[in-house]
Amino acid sequence: MSIKVNGKQVIWIENETVKQLLKRMKYTFPLVVVKINDKLVPRSSYTETIIPDKAKIAVIHMISGG
Amino acid sequence: MVEGQIPIEEYKTGNTKHKWDFNKLNFAHRIVAEYDYKKGEINKGYANRTLYINLESREIKEKKVTEDMKKKFTGGRGFGLKLLWDGIKPSTRWDSNENELIITTGPLCGATQYPGSGKSICLTVSPLKDIICDSNVGGFFGPYLKFAGFDAVEIQGKAKHDVIIIIDGEKGKITVETAPLEETDSHLLNEQLTHMYASEDNDKSRQKISVVTAGKGAKNSYWGCLNFSFYDIRRKVSRMKQAGRGGLGTVFRDKKIKAIVAKVESFTGISNNPANPNKIASVGTKLHREIRDLDRYQCNMRAVGTSHLVEVMDEYDLLPCENYRFGSFPKASKIYSPKFYERFTKIIPDGCWHGCTMACSKTVDGFKVKTGPYKDQKVTVDGPEYETIACGSNMGLWNPDWILEFNFYCDTYGLDTISTGTSIAFYMEMYEYGILNKKRCDNLELCFGNFDAVMEFIHRLAKDNKSEFITVAGKGIRCVKDWLKKNSWGDPLLIDDCGMESKGLEYSEYVTKESLAMQGGYGLTLKGPQHDEAWLIFMDMVNNAIPTFKEKAEALHYYPMWRTWFGLNGLCKLPWNDIEPANNAETEEPTKVPEHVQNYVEYQNAMTGWNITKDDLIMQSERCYNWQRAMNVWMGRGRRKDDWIPYRSMGPVTEVEYLSRKDRYNKLIVEKLGIKEDEVEKMDTINKIKLLYDYRQDQYQKLADAVYFRRGWTPNGIPTPQKMKKLGFTDKKILDMLQKAIDEDDIKGLNVWGGKYKKGEKPPSIDPKYWEKWKTL
Ligand code: SF4
Repeated sequence: MSIKVNGKQVIWIENETVKQLLKRMKYTFPLVVVKINDKLVPRSSYTETIIPDKAKIAVIHMISGG
Repeated sequence: MVEGQIPIEEYKTGNTKHKWDFNKLNFAHRIVAEYDYKKGEINKGYANRTLYINLESREIKEKKVTEDMKKKFTGGRGFGLKLLWDGIKPSTRWDSNENELIITTGPLCGATQYPGSGKSICLTVSPLKDIICDSNVGGFFGPYLKFAGFDAVEIQGKAKHDVIIIIDGEKGKITVETAPLEETDSHLLNEQLTHMYASEDNDKSRQKISVVTAGKGAKNSYWGCLNFSFYDIRRKVSRMKQAGRGGLGTVFRDKKIKAIVAKVESFTGISNNPANPNKIASVGTKLHREIRDLDRYQCNMRAVGTSHLVEVMDEYDLLPCENYRFGSFPKASKIYSPKFYERFTKIIPDGCWHGCTMACSKTVDGFKVKTGPYKDQKVTVDGPEYETIACGSNMGLWNPDWILEFNFYCDTYGLDTISTGTSIAFYMEMYEYGILNKKRCDNLELCFGNFDAVMEFIHRLAKDNKSEFITVAGKGIRCVKDWLKKNSWGDPLLIDDCGMESKGLEYSEYVTKESLAMQGGYGLTLKGPQHDEAWLIFMDMVNNAIPTFKEKAEALHYYPMWRTWFGLNGLCKLPWNDIEPANNAETEEPTKVPEHVQNYVEYQNAMTGWNITKDDLIMQSERCYNWQRAMNVWMGRGRRKDDWIPYRSMGPVTEVEYLSRKDRYNKLIVEKLGIKEDEVEKMDTINKIKLLYDYRQDQYQKLADAVYFRRGWTPNGIPTPQKMKKLGFTDKKILDMLQKAIDEDDIKGLNVWGGKYKKGEKPPSIDPKYWEKWKTL
């Protein structure tokens, strides 16, 4: 049971929310866009949206900096 | 008022006050040259003339800005390159008499309706690199130069004695005068000149003055920066922003310029006389609201400036620690942004030009200095910005107050914090290996974390009489590498691999080992490893969005072009992508921030009356970018060998680095080099480092192949005449020069791809001289 996060194989955890996944991945940068199976997850739903098994997750970090 | 903010009327910096006899200072001035000019109106963002000053012949004249110049070079950095092309020779070096120091503005510079519209761009032949270096900077000088009547100022020749150049937009007069008695250190000199040249003794008059200065450190090293002042009416302090990179301040002091003063009579939000002021106001208002409403949930720049990046970079293993050996460090939280927020004075707005809602130019007022000539005085420290804080982590200085002290002295001595910090970090690593030692370092124990030694080094740099070590060390990493090798101190390969410079310029503060695209973002550049061309680490390493060479090359085409555009127009990059619209995530290409790109299209059109598209913006940059590369070729650089980067930026040089990220590198060897896991486990670290060493260097060569191809350059990195013609250049001199360089490369067998392509892999084109077949000529 696994998911793909930014192209990398990651263990799937049952009932894990987007917010928890970001924390697990140590994605602390505030300017990110999250898509689950190409569908955008609004920032306001990170705490409720549950990651399904075998999902393809894109956590797009904006460029920022410099 | 924001919580914790101090009411302006109650606010006092607590800084040490200075008293000077201004009559005495003034009395000692002698006029060297004068020039009266007719004040003119700015039209659609352009003053339509530039100012030329020759400090040796004392000639001062105006040069017309033609429509052709605007069409081909747009403004800002583009104008600077054109003026340099006409003014210098391929053999010109930083201290040649004919070298020029140019400060330019750009058509959008000076507007107050759109955030981040007050940047100047400075250019010169750099002492570190023997090619042109450009550096952008905030402060009031650029807008005031334009409002005084000029799109750029071009200074050639050297004065005999220290001089001040006064560009008086109130009277329509340029004056060059000797200034023997004024201070040299920037924080004091700025204050003196702001008071001396203000028409009246009040804050409003002082706000109409902006001063450019360098300092003692700029004179005595190759790391000289330029300080651009902006009088802060709330703090009653003449604050400073820095054009840091490439030794501009060194050239400034070599020309014996003590300061340049720009003075304006008055200005308003529409002093640029835009074609469509209402449109600019409406586009600007949208962004002002966005920043006001969203910044606190995004980067929080209004509260902490760019210091918020410290914790981000530490989390993502990108914060340079101990000369880029590591990307994070257990002590790093000691210098996270909250530590600086505690110290920042909470008065907003903190913009470096009027109308910048982003207001990221933070200060620490009343900072008590601990060392050097200003010991125990209280001063305002401008910053620190992320880069300066990360110099702290690179040198092992894990104390915010030490970083503030470093920041203050670098600024006032006119030293670029980045080059200074990165170089010291390298010297510290060499000290750790015994390649340098106390005796070789002028009795300084230059080891990681030694704050006293760092400050003593900087103070000695600011003195005229220096030891051999301080003299060589102040010329930067490349010189020190040569010096160490010449003395046979240490393994030459280790020295080369650890010294973080490319093209002679020291790296800015990001660890790039795990992002090939960002290695290119530092190496495959015009001036060297500064992140203002491309910052692709997240896109490449974290998002995994550009996995192929072709995709990386596309990013290394688009982003440098996009960022170049800010420098053509006099804009700050930060309001482009350090804030994003609420619906940015829903757009096709969120990393480009499409709404902001559209804002810029509308903004430039509304200012100039043009009718350009977003593709035209990229074209404007492509012209300038290729011209600058062509000038590098003209000056004997601009080839593949010049784009080489030290191995520390590609991978682990030492065992300690490898072992600190052992799992990552072992996995990489298994996945990329096809060696079995158990075999990798059995291999010793030195051998694994060697395997990675060869693999990653070849990856970089392949990246260079893809990027040169995408940019329409030869496999040795030269812009082809065909490419230049496509961009609209017909100047025979530059086209012939490029063809000659390509022919010479041909004779030497250099028009070949650099990567080692195995079976199943392909170079970007089977024909390495692919451009010869282009039909569009
Ligand atoms: S964003 Fe910051 S650096 Fe840029 S113009 Fe505004 S205040 Fe200056």
